[in-house]
Amino acid sequence: MRKLQNVMIKGTKDGLILHLDDTCSFPELLKELEEKISIHYKQNDDTPLVTVRIHTGYRYLTNQQEQAIRNLIRHKKNFVVESIESNVVSKEDADRMKRESEIVSVAKVVRSGQVLSVPGDLLLIGDVNPGGTVIAGGNIFILGALRGIAHAGYEGNLEAVICASLMQPTQLRIGEYINRAPDRDDQERHDMECAYVDDSNVIVIDRLQTLIKLRPNLTRLIEGGL
Amino acid sequence: MGEAIVVTSGKGGVGKTTTSANIGTALAMQGKKVCLIDTDIGLRNLDVVMGLENRVIYDIVDVATGRCKLHQALIKDKRFNDLLFLLPAAQTSDKTAVTPNQIKKMVEELKQEYDYILIDCPAGIEQGFKNAIAGADQAIVVTTPEISAIRDADRIIGLLEKEEIEPPKLIINRIRNHMMKKGEMLDIDEITAHLSIDLLGIVADDEAVIRASNDGEPIVLNPNSKASIAYRNIARRILGESVPLQNLDTTSKGVFSKIKQLFGVR
Repeated sequence: MRKLQNVMIKGTKDGLILHLDDTCSFPELLKELEEKISIHYKQNDDTPLVTVRIHTGYRYLTNQQEQAIRNLIRHKKNFVVESIESNVVSKEDADRMKRESEIVSVAKVVRSGQVLSVPGDLLLIGDVNPGGTVIAGGNIFILGALRGIAHAGYEGNLEAVICASLMQPTQLRIGEYINRAPDRDDQERHDMECAYVDDSNVIVIDRLQTLIKLRPNLTRLIEGGL
Repeated sequence: MGEAIVVTSGKGGVGKTTTSANIGTALAMQGKKVCLIDTDIGLRNLDVVMGLENRVIYDIVDVATGRCKLHQALIKDKRFNDLLFLLPAAQTSDKTAVTPNQIKKMVEELKQEYDYILIDCPAGIEQGFKNAIAGADQAIVVTTPEISAIRDADRIIGLLEKEEIEPPKLIINRIRNHMMKKGEMLDIDEITAHLSIDLLGIVADDEAVIRASNDGEPIVLNPNSKASIAYRNIARRILGESVPLQNLDTTSKGVFSKIKQLFGVR
């Protein structure tokens, strides 16, 4: 039986795509990969940088294996690895991704000195009192009063928003940006408001409804909706 | 089997000791057997407020270290026939002289004999606080209508929620009605909404309380003061009665205005 190639190279206008077979052993794959790129691209040294995208199919690459492939390709001077894609993820990563995209609902009052932290979105059924802190990797939705500190997108997600039924925070933080309450007490009520980072990288507070246009990704209903 | 109630606040000077002394006395007046414990080691004053300072022989540290038996350290209040006792704090040591476990043991022992054990907690959230809440089944948080006291109360409630104690109850102390009415002071609804715990009672700011403390006589023994009635009401609520909140309006009205009120004329 004729053996199929383990490495297939496709050229596109954005660069090269390497399809790596997912059934052979990894050393075998590495060896063939090295041969392939050595043979085909040795001569033309003067060509500009070529970006390479790698598809590994249903093979899961450990960090070490990924590094091995990157190293191999890096040595061919005019190649740059843009991304390594795989159809599979490890259970750990899947769990993490799930947690980061989940909405965690919590029913409690976050009191002075307490810190409530979640990896994904936070839905708080209760208040955040002055001196209390809520932190979320994603968005923060507070059904009660926000009077303490809220930090959304703490791992750098600037798309994250903070919404509260009563918005009277001591401080708002989204990603790396901080906004604090005005020093003078304003007498206005702040019902149903949201905070987000605008185009000039400032945290602004606005009516909740503005998010419908600004953050369409907040809608997760895909089919069968309105 | 009795119940142990810790009286705490976080902030100092809001009236923990006065509250402990008066609730304890009020419960004894209702015929309950009560023991007060002062855990403010190094800064004791529950004995002073109760007028029992000169009778202190052994204290809580002596009991903890085994220098005396628990019942030897208890001071009997002669005004109440075998109903009110005090376990005083030591004045010479500090909060680290006893451990939470030692206090817990004492409280367990006292619970066999007494209906209510009231534990007067020191200010702060350190060792003294941990000692005081160690044996408690219930907690009373005392606050005044000041932002700083409320912040600290909020912090304390958060810490209490982590313990195996029933949800704490709130007492708002030193209310000045005319300021509250003018909106210069946080009002009762605002405070309870903010702290979101049950309100056990409100106590008006009353000069008679200071006079009574200085005389070593808890204010509840004087039936004519507003604060006295407030503490009696709190004691009755602890005993399970439902008593409406006191009306703090102090302006004495004439007959005419009362009649006007009756007809709804302002």
